[in-house]
This record gives sequence, structure tokens and C-alpha cells, in this order.
Amino acid sequence: MNMMSEAAVEKALDKKMNDIALKMIGKDVSVHYGEKRALYDVNLNVRENTVTALIGPSGCGKSTFLRCLNRMNDTIDNCKVTGKITLDADDIYDPNIDVVELRARVGMVFQKPNPFPKSIYENVAYGPKIHGLARSKADFDQVVEASLQRAGLWNEVKDRLHESGTGLSGGQQQRLCIARAVAVSPEVILMDEPCSALDPIATAKVEELIHELRTNYTIVIVTHSMQQAARVSQRTAMFHLGHLVEENDTDKMFTNPDDQRTQDYIMGRFG
Amino acid sequence: MSTSLILLSLLVIGIAAYVMASSRANALSGGKSSNLHSRPGYYGSYAAVWAMLPSLIVLALWLSISPSIIETSIRGAFPDEVKAQPAATQNLNYGMVSAIARGLPKLTAEEVAGITDGSIDIQAKLGEKGVPLAGAAEPYMIEGAKNLTAKTAVSRLVMTGVVLLLAVAGAAYGLRSVAPRFRARNQVERVMLWGLIVASSIAILTTIGIVLSMLSEAARFFAMVPASDFFFGTVWDPRFAGAGGTSTEGQFGLIPLLAGTLYIGFVAMLVAVPVGLFAAIYMAEYASPRLRSLAKPLLEVLAGIPTIVYGFFALVTVGPFLRDLSQQVNGLVTGNYMNFIQAQSVLTAGIVMGIMLIPYVSSLSDDIITAVPRAMRDGSLGLGATRSETIKKVILPAALPGIVGALLMTASRAIGETMIVVLAAGVAARIDINPFEPMTTVTVKIVSQLTGDLEFTSPQTLVAFALGITLFCITLCLNIYALYIVRKYREQYE
Repeated sequence: MNMMSEAAVEKALDKKMNDIALKMIGKDVSVHYGEKRALYDVNLNVRENTVTALIGPSGCGKSTFLRCLNRMNDTIDNCKVTGKITLDADDIYDPNIDVVELRARVGMVFQKPNPFPKSIYENVAYGPKIHGLARSKADFDQVVEASLQRAGLWNEVKDRLHESGTGLSGGQQQRLCIARAVAVSPEVILMDEPCSALDPIATAKVEELIHELRTNYTIVIVTHSMQQAARVSQRTAMFHLGHLVEENDTDKMFTNPDDQRTQDYIMGRFG
Repeated sequence: MSTSLILLSLLVIGIAAYVMASSRANALSGGKSSNLHSRPGYYGSYAAVWAMLPSLIVLALWLSISPSIIETSIRGAFPDEVKAQPAATQNLNYGMVSAIARGLPKLTAEEVAGITDGSIDIQAKLGEKGVPLAGAAEPYMIEGAKNLTAKTAVSRLVMTGVVLLLAVAGAAYGLRSVAPRFRARNQVERVMLWGLIVASSIAILTTIGIVLSMLSEAARFFAMVPASDFFFGTVWDPRFAGAGGTSTEGQFGLIPLLAGTLYIGFVAMLVAVPVGLFAAIYMAEYASPRLRSLAKPLLEVLAGIPTIVYGFFALVTVGPFLRDLSQQVNGLVTGNYMNFIQAQSVLTAGIVMGIMLIPYVSSLSDDIITAVPRAMRDGSLGLGATRSETIKKVILPAALPGIVGALLMTASRAIGETMIVVLAAGVAARIDINPFEPMTTVTVKIVSQLTGDLEFTSPQTLVAFALGITLFCITLCLNIYALYIVRKYREQYE
């Protein structure tokens, strides 16, 4: 893909942005950790095939909100979520919903690369195996290759698929985790500061990857780096002290935000 | 002065040194503690250490060495014909001397004079005073006893003087060292360090001592019985000497005992591993924090039950239950009400030992499972795996080396376990694959060879040491291998 066509694709996507369907809708989402309230009635929508960046100072609730989107907060004791979040019109907090299936539809990449202590191949094949997405060896080979291709890791690891995933460099491990998430064909991929443990070169690679993934997946990314938010996202949401301060197009957010607090944060006056 | 009085005086001197040095440091600081290098208490401790430590060391050395020096000199004064006697008799003679020496102070001056000129029978006289003598005392013994009393008194006097003088001198030295820039804190720290080193080396040296004593006794055994007969012999028949048989030659084959040990250990692990492991998984992955904080200590209570209690639990409850059960089952199936499980059997001992081992397995495995980073769980759950899939496919494989290590450690406990098998496994040294029959273990045989009236010169008793050292080697190897595996596993996540 050359630069021109990439830019053209982006332009076309940006143009269409305003009539893009909403993939996930969060309505009055509040979260309590025991007595402590972490989120206050957040109303935030996630658009399809869009990168939405969540920014804000530490402890502002952006990761908490992200983890609400695939109910990873369920794994934390004494965490209580209220409000409503829908994925394609399904209420994901409906008692009838299958959390396991939800997490297959809404994948997640974590802050620290966390490949399983298995081979690269088995890391990627893990999701398809537990969900029964592939049967024969050939199917698996194909899924693994396609996912690693998507994550831009294939060329680096194709000769050592059966070596341990933990032996890769930090950036490669994170891309392996992305490949692992992609392998279950999710609709949404959540990324919780995916580059915070990586060096600038690995970060650039992951950002490039996010760019490419956008055509097929809806992505929500939490980041501490303002530049990263500006580089990779089309929509940005700013959190502060558990409140959603502002949600806007990224271009507008970084040039002419509506809220003074956003301006201050972006200018580096606090946080 | 008696030893306890000396110790008390040392303590007093030490406290005095502490108080004086810290008040002196206080005075030197001029009210500003920042003028001192260390807080006044450290100067006090420094002086107290100087007052007490060297004098205590001298006291300990003196008390341990002086008796043997005195003994040598007393024995040197024995008549030549006594010196010519065998060593055992000489030891007996010296025992008489020291007994007389203990008795003499209880007699009046006239009685002592009577004893010396032979007009009073010393054995009867001392017997009256509560000091029994082994035989009739000879004049040279009374002479030696008097000598011994005198020398001991002198030694004690000199020791008291030296120790107290040293304590005072040490206190004075410590007191003199008090100066604003003197680094008392660092010096006290060094004393602490040495104290800790001494404590840990005592533990290690004791272990080495135990091994060496076992080795030397085992060597005496192997001098009488060839090692190949012991290690490869398949018959265990030690035959106590004088039990009516013409032959006192026993057969000391290790194999039946080892087979029993391993078989019972294997049955125990069959019980302990699944139950313990599942309990650990439940505790680590599913239990709510409240339940966990309640159930985990309860499970560990099992580990605190003395094994003898498990032993009679096996003997009184489990064994008869299994026997009766087998009777009923046999009756229902064949119509013949004959029990096929003995009350004392491999199965009984194995089951009860397995119950005993459950807390070890679960506690060790729980630690290892919780040590698997949370990121692993999140990664798997985030991919849409269920909890049990996560445990099966990610957590257990990640924790496996550690769990194997824990199981090896548990196995070494099973092999070394004594009381349960003594009561529940029986004493028949047989090789059998039927778990319903009694078998016996190495530990049971050690117990039976070492109970009762013994002489530590026959192979019948010395074999216990050979068994002990064999057992020690097996468990040591298992433990070392387990530690190696556990350590290797730790490195993965650090």
C-alpha cells in the first residue's frame, strides 16, 4: 500500500464518519469499587470501524470504562457496574447474555504484553481452539497465519512458530497479543495503553497496525500519550475524575476543544 | 561463686555499662542529639556488649574445658598399677572419684578424718547421705577426690575473678570509646550480624553432625553386613540374638522395606494429589476472599494434627471400617463373608497418610497458582475463555513445574512419615502388589529395631542407622530436585 492510497482511504473514511453506525452505546454508566465511585454516569458511544481514544489523567476512569465494554470488571471482586451498555443493540449487562461469547466479540489487548507461556502458534490458536472456530490442522494453520499477517508479525516469526511466545521482544509480544485477539474474529478490539511498555520503534509499529486494523474492526484505545491519541484515533473522549468531560472528533479535540479542562489537559497544564 | 550468680553479676555489669555509656553520650551531646553520630542507646549497647560478650565467651570456654584438664591431672596422680588397667575400668575408677568428691562436702570434718584413716566405711557413709558408690573405695580414690575438690574450687575461684575482671574491663573500654563521632550504631549492627550468623550456623552444623553420626554408625553396620546384601537383599529377617535360634545371623534386605515405603507413599499420593490440587484450585481461583480467609486456615489445621493422631485414627476407625466394608462387599458378591482387606494394610496406611498430606499439597499448590501473574488470567478471559478453560489451558500449564516441585516435596514427606505407618501398615516385611495386605516401611523397621533393651554393637540395632541414612538420601535427593524445579519455575516470572 503506498502513501497516496492510504491517505485516500482515510479521507473517504473520515468523510463517511458522521453517518457511520454506532457499534457500542454506553448510557449512564457508573462504576463502584466497593464504596468508592470510579465512574459517574458516562454517556459515550463507540462508532463502527473507528478508532476511539480515551484520554485523561491517571485514575480518571478511562481504563475502568474500557473494561466495562467487555465486562472484564466482572473479574474484580466488589466491582459494581450500573447503567446500560449495548453492543449492536444487545444489552451486554443483560443477565441472559453469555459473557464468554461477549468477550469473543469484544476482544482485549492489555497494557503489559501477556503472551501465554506457550509457543507462538499455540498463543494464536488458543482463542480459535476454545471457541471451536477451526477444526482441522489446516484450518488452524490458516487462522494462525492470517492473524499473524494482520498483526504484521508473520514475517518475523514464520520460521519459529513453535518457539515460546515469551521469548519475543516486548513489541513483538504485544503484536502477538493483538494477533491472538484478532484470531477469534472479534468485532471490537479494546486496547488498554497497549504501547506503554514499549519503546518508540515498537510503538510506531503497533500504531501502524492499529491504523490498518481499523478497516476491519472497531477499536477503543486508552492512552496516556496525547500524540498517540492524535495519531491513531478519529474520535477522542476525555475523562476527568470519573466524569466524561468531552467527546469529539480528534481533529477538533486537539485544535479547538469545547471544554476548557480538555484544553488545559492537552496543553499540559494538569494531569 | 556459682555459675548462675556469675551470670547474674555479668548482667548487672552489662546493665550498668549500658546506663553509664548512654548517659555519658547524652552528656556529650549537650542536649542536641545531632551532635552524636548515633543515638545514645547505641553507645549504651556498645558498652554493654563489650562488658558481657568477651566475659561470656571466656566463661563458656572455661566451663567446658577446665573439667577435662582437671581430670587429666587427677588421673595422672593415680597409682601405676591402676593406670595399667583397661580404659573401661579406669573410667569407672574416675567415676568413683568424682562421686566421692560430690559426697565429701556433705560430711563433717570428723567423718572425713574417719574415712581417711579407714575407720569409717565410706560406701555406707556416703550412701546414707544420698550419694551411692559403685564399689568399695580405695585410699587413692579418696586422695584423688580430695584433690579434685581442691582443684575445682581453685579453678572456680580463678574463673570468677577472670570473668568479672574481664567484664569490668570491657565495660570500661566501652565507656571510654564513647565520643561524639564514634560510630557506635555501625558497631552494634556488626554484633547483630555475627549473632545471626552464629544462630544460622548452629542449625547447619547440627544437621551436619546428625548426618555424620548416622554415617559412622552405618559404617559400623556395613563392616558386619556386606552392603550388597543390604541394598539388594530381598529378605528382611534380622533375628535378634539369643531368641532361641541357633543362628544369630540375620538377613537385612532393604528391598521389601523400600517396596512397602514406596507403595504406601504411592497410595497416599493417589489420595492427596487430586484432592489437594482441586482444593488449591478452588481456593486460588473460585473462592471469594471471605471464604478463602476462612477455609484456608481450616484446611491448614489438618497440617497441625500430630501424625500419631492420624495413626490411631487409621488404627481405630479407617482400618476396621475398610475391613468390615470388604466383608460386606465380599458377602454380597460371592456370598462368602470373608474380609479381603486386612485392618492393617497398605490401603489403610495410604489413605490416612494421603489425608495427612492434603494440606501440604493444597497449601503449596495454592501459593504456586496464585503466583501465576494476573495478566495471564486476564489475557485468557479477555479472549472469551471460561474460568475452567483458563485454569486448564493457561494457569495449570504455567504453574506445572512448580506444582511438580511441590508434589515431590510432599512425596518426600510421605516416604519419611513414621507414626501412621507404624500403627496402620503392619510390620510384615513382604513384597506384594495386593494393597489389601499389610506391608511395612523403612521407618517402621527403624522404630522396631530401636525400641526395647539394646546393645549398640549388634547389626540388629545398627541396621537402623543404615536404614536411616538410606531414607535420608532418598528424601534429600527428592527435595533437592524439587527445589531445583521450583526455582527454575520462579525465574520465568521474575
